[in-house]
Amino acid sequence: MAEQITMQVTRYRPEVETDASFQEYEVPCPKDWVILDGLNYVKDQLDGTLSYRWSCRMGVCGSCGMMVNGEPKLTCATFLADYAPGPVKVEPLRNFPVIRDLVVEIGDFMRKLVAVKPWIIRKDEKPVSQGEYLQTPDELDEYKQYSMCINCMLCYSACPIYGLDPQFIGPAAIALAQRYNLDSRDEGSPERLELLSQHEGIWGCTFVGECTEVCPKHVDPAGAIQRYKLTAAMDWAKSFVMPKGKADA
Amino acid sequence: MNNEPIYTAYHPRWLRPPMSTYWWLGKWPYVKFILRELSSIFVAWFVIHLLLLFRAVRGGEAAYQRFLDFSAHPVVLTVNVVAFFFIVFHALTWFAVAPQAIVAHMGKKRVPPLLIAASHYGAWAVVSAILSWLLLR
Repeated sequence: MAEQITMQVTRYRPEVETDASFQEYEVPCPKDWVILDGLNYVKDQLDGTLSYRWSCRMGVCGSCGMMVNGEPKLTCATFLADYAPGPVKVEPLRNFPVIRDLVVEIGDFMRKLVAVKPWIIRKDEKPVSQGEYLQTPDELDEYKQYSMCINCMLCYSACPIYGLDPQFIGPAAIALAQRYNLDSRDEGSPERLELLSQHEGIWGCTFVGECTEVCPKHVDPAGAIQRYKLTAAMDWAKSFVMPKGKADA
Repeated sequence: MNNEPIYTAYHPRWLRPPMSTYWWLGKWPYVKFILRELSSIFVAWFVIHLLLLFRAVRGGEAAYQRFLDFSAHPVVLTVNVVAFFFIVFHALTWFAVAPQAIVAHMGKKRVPPLLIAASHYGAWAVVSAILSWLLLR
């Protein structure tokens, strides 16, 4: 195992340059160091001007997603030693505008998350005095997988459709919509379907499937979107058979 | 959805790296995806060829013979061999992803994804067997 490894890190300083470039740093490579440890070493010991996002360093906050040797990865869960003898290339998440160095602009993603109404919608809210909306373990299992998303945006980075058409609502937001649609307490699926049945919604997805491959939490957004398509198509078909009936999405 | 950033005098210029025309060549799953999309052209050609066959059968013996001659032309033959492989690829890749899209329940239990994939292959085998019986008996 190499004692040192070269990290090639994207630098973009909008006040002095118009394009990104790579800067090389030599960092230690003990077997328990992740890419994020390497970046923290650079920041603390070599070059304090390097900018990047991180927070929990334990795969929960979803802040430290970056491209590592061309693959979207959580840098807190990707070991440096796996790339020995190096060099290892660290770039900002693909398909997003870069603000500085490894920091990408996430406003578009945040707007899309809100747009799918990721909260429980009820036709009639019952008063608090009547107690909780109860749910069985089986009902919980129906959507639990989709609730594991940490909004790390690796799926958007792996999705060429989002790269080609930024209007596409994208994997994580649609999976999140599905998380609420499949929740037995929720009655908001018709509202969400209005947005998601547009071209930029579920039909924009051509099932490349890479979103599911790169997801560090095994959410399977590609599966969620295809399930959604199936439900939307069935609803459309049902609307001919039962024009007045209201099918559940 | 409006994605345009609002620039101010103090807003740093965001870098927007363009997506290469050849993005799909960088990784095998992307190449596979493009091939799968491309396969739809061959599926369409297969349907057209089948319709031409129906028309020829309806048109009598001479029309049918013309169709056979047309199909035996080396160019058409080559296209059909390529189309065959693309259609098999199309079917296999869709069967592989079907368990992700179909979530079925038997009672309260979810049908295992492997069973959904197996049922697709089973249905394919049954239809092929019936067609073979009809054509070869």
